[in-house]
Amino acid sequence: MVFPVARRDGSARSGSLSRSPFPPNRAATALVLLAAGLAAVLGTVLDAAFRRGEGETGRGTARMVADLGLTDLALFTEARYTRNPSLADLHTPFQDHPLALDHFPSGSLIGPPTPWGQASLTKGEVPE
Amino acid sequence: MIRWFRVQVLMIDYTLASMARRKARNLGLLLVYAAILFVLASVTLFTGALREEAVRALVGAPEVTVQRMVMGRHALIDRDGLEALRAIRGVQWAEGRLWGYFYDTANGANYTMIVPSGGIVPSGGREAVAYGAPPEPGFVRIGGGVARSRGVAPGDWLFLLNPQGRLFKLRVEAVFPSASELVSADLVVLSEADFRAFHTLPEGVFTDLALGVRNPREITTIVEKAALVLPDCRFITRRDILRTYDALFDWREGILLALMGGAILAFMILAWDKASGQSPEERREIGILKAIGWETGEVIRARLWESALVSLFAFLAGYLLAYLHVFFFSAGLLRPVLQGWAVLYPEIHLTPRIDGARVLTLFLLTVGPYVAATLVPIWRAAVVDPDTVMR
Repeated sequence: MVFPVARRDGSARSGSLSRSPFPPNRAATALVLLAAGLAAVLGTVLDAAFRRGEGETGRGTARMVADLGLTDLALFTEARYTRNPSLADLHTPFQDHPLALDHFPSGSLIGPPTPWGQASLTKGEVPE
Repeated sequence: MIRWFRVQVLMIDYTLASMARRKARNLGLLLVYAAILFVLASVTLFTGALREEAVRALVGAPEVTVQRMVMGRHALIDRDGLEALRAIRGVQWAEGRLWGYFYDTANGANYTMIVPSGGIVPSGGREAVAYGAPPEPGFVRIGGGVARSRGVAPGDWLFLLNPQGRLFKLRVEAVFPSASELVSADLVVLSEADFRAFHTLPEGVFTDLALGVRNPREITTIVEKAALVLPDCRFITRRDILRTYDALFDWREGILLALMGGAILAFMILAWDKASGQSPEERREIGILKAIGWETGEVIRARLWESALVSLFAFLAGYLLAYLHVFFFSAGLLRPVLQGWAVLYPEIHLTPRIDGARVLTLFLLTVGPYVAATLVPIWRAAVVDPDTVMR
């Protein structure tokens, strides 16, 4: 098999496998770059492991949640029903009229309510 | 083996030389490809890390939260409800929670005002610890978002106008550590007396109730019993809360990915078009290769190296930039999407979490289709008769 090997000046010479003892420059650069990229990916895995190890913050946050009795993340503070999605009054987004569109941008980032499962208002029977 | 390796190296070299002849086009393709991967990887990494952070934080949430509903809306609950729940066997503790929202006209932000769970009388047998000890009347502890937005530090005064227009002058006792901002950014923690005065709330009513359960396996039974005692209440278990967040993150990721779907499709069309709409020059190149003795399989392999190199470099660049973006720059580019109209936004310092399966999925879902989209056009170009193309 004969390879047309390109030179830097753009011309090509005919080379064969037996006549190229070293990997050509371009391929070597590409392979080194790929290896560096893969090493960096490995680096992110190590970085993640290292930072997880030193992070006390998660436990501190969990403790704060327990002590203050919090139920939700402070991700979306723009509206009542987005601040505490797990406790939200799910009618609120449509309070103006039944077909009203949700005003708040984050309303579209919060999914439709899931069924409440066991903990549902309709599960219990009304006592006599 | 060595021979095989050298053949591949030479093929890569040939491919790179061939790509260098169409530098602008290939660089453009690489940039677009890397940009798409950057956005996808950012969303994947951000959502994955946030999901884990949520789970780690919310394991501390009350086991059961009891919310009274009137006309389908959340209503205040009184002490009778609390006593009724305490009487249920298996309930370790039950307490009223006092929390509410406050719209601050000074900066247009919404705060969450809360009295620590240990700080409400009767405390229901829970010990007040660390953050749980309520501030003295006249003092508040605030989240980082509130402190930034109002420009106050510990020791400063925080002036708040209550909904009736009465001015409250509260001394900032502490600002919550920035590591906890994911849950505390908008909090204003104050004493029960201040809370009731601020919101003109009568004695003996609570926002909702929280229950502690001795044996987690009994939660379902206890909720069923409680639903009989308090039929007008909604019971939200910790599992429901976690499930809500699971659904929330799935949905958000889904929305972003759906929006990206169009971009990915457009990119696939571009890749297909690029590979199938070969210029006469490229076709002549293939013709020459075949004329000097390359087989169809070798031509296809050389062109596949081209797709593979572009994909690999785009993936590496996209993923690495996304990692830096999410974990070193707090996902600044996603922030406007998440912040919406909110004035307060937590400065989130996420702990990196790499889910190998998700990264692999991302890799296969982007690199796979790209290589596949280019394969057929390459094959069609490679099987042509050299005589026809060179003529």
